[in-house]
Amino acid sequence: MKSRHKKLALIVGALAIVGIIAALVLNALNSNIALYITPTDVAAGKAPKDKLFRIGGLVKEGSIKRQADGVTIAFIITDTEKDIPVNYKGILPDLFKEGKGAVAQGKLTAEGSFNATEVLAKHDENYMPPEAAQAVDDAQERAASKHVSPSSAGETPKASN
Amino acid sequence: MKDRFNLYRFASPAVFYPLAGAMTPYFVAVSIVFGIAGLWLGMLVAPTDFQQGEGYRIIFIHVPASWMSMFIYLVMAFWAAIGLAFNTRLSGMMAQALAPTGALMAFLSLLTGALWGKPMWGAWWVWDARLTSELILLFLYIGYMALTAAIDDPRRSDKAGGLLLLVGVVNIPIIYFSVKWWNTLHQGSSINLAKSSMATTMLWGMLLMAMCFWMYSIAIALMRVRTIILERERHSDWVKTLLLAGDPK
Repeated sequence: MKSRHKKLALIVGALAIVGIIAALVLNALNSNIALYITPTDVAAGKAPKDKLFRIGGLVKEGSIKRQADGVTIAFIITDTEKDIPVNYKGILPDLFKEGKGAVAQGKLTAEGSFNATEVLAKHDENYMPPEAAQAVDDAQERAASKHVSPSSAGETPKASN
Repeated sequence: MKDRFNLYRFASPAVFYPLAGAMTPYFVAVSIVFGIAGLWLGMLVAPTDFQQGEGYRIIFIHVPASWMSMFIYLVMAFWAAIGLAFNTRLSGMMAQALAPTGALMAFLSLLTGALWGKPMWGAWWVWDARLTSELILLFLYIGYMALTAAIDDPRRSDKAGGLLLLVGVVNIPIIYFSVKWWNTLHQGSSINLAKSSMATTMLWGMLLMAMCFWMYSIAIALMRVRTIILERERHSDWVKTLLLAGDPK
């Protein structure tokens, strides 16, 4: 084995070790790296008590209720299994819409609702012109009206992670 | 045996210097062509997005810059490994020449992302895994430049910098897969080798801009490596004859 090949093997070996260490550390830190937890996590009691944290999920269709003052708002965050009612007072980002992803920071109340101090919109990875989006919606509606059985609907909203 | 000899020949700064000079104008020209085509397609032809309106057009800068910031780091780490294993002088110079461009790309990616994030997400910055790991990448670039600049002896500075580059390379898969591994505010990737969830003209605009950034990075790195070669080899005979002959082309 030539010395330069030895060195190359040494470099590859060192890189592998660094990689393994990084993987182990990241694995150990897993729950701290996540930006938010889902309503299912909250239901499972993983939410910190009396501490600010973030929940994330989809804004439930038809759940947004605005108060007369225009800045107080209530809505439901869902991961399609569990729901959490959220109260918020403040300005919402442009992409905050029903059926789309959102991340809220705040605290759980004793009644199990969430008082948010900040609401962020989570965008998805789809980019298309409005006409194409309309066409997709129409096609999904047609498909939904044809197949009534829930198994064939096959369009569970993608959880936003 | 002859092939090997030819490959090693280009590792000599004296041979690579004129070659880099000859290649640079072509990369500049191709970069400009791709840039004009990409901007035309992205800014004028591509349709408005159904959710983000016109704001989505940031991707024509943001995505190519982010890709380049990761790819340039991989190339630098590759040169660092070659340099450490084979003791070639040119590889350290190549890594040095790429570093400022990589830092620029990482900075552009963070800046455009922040400008887009405020109206779309509602926040300039969040400490999610994707954003934080990209920020670490910018710090790695800056750290590499600071470290190599602090050591006067070029061979030792290449070695120290190379080690930093190799250890830091673990960050690149973390950036790339962060949106898959953890809950992040940053959306998942719109395109990979298998699928694309973008309209065709948007996708092409983005790919053309990516080619433009790629060619720009090569051109600027070749220009920079020529300066570094001249500086480091200034005591060698070939540089002296070159400079005595006048214009160092």
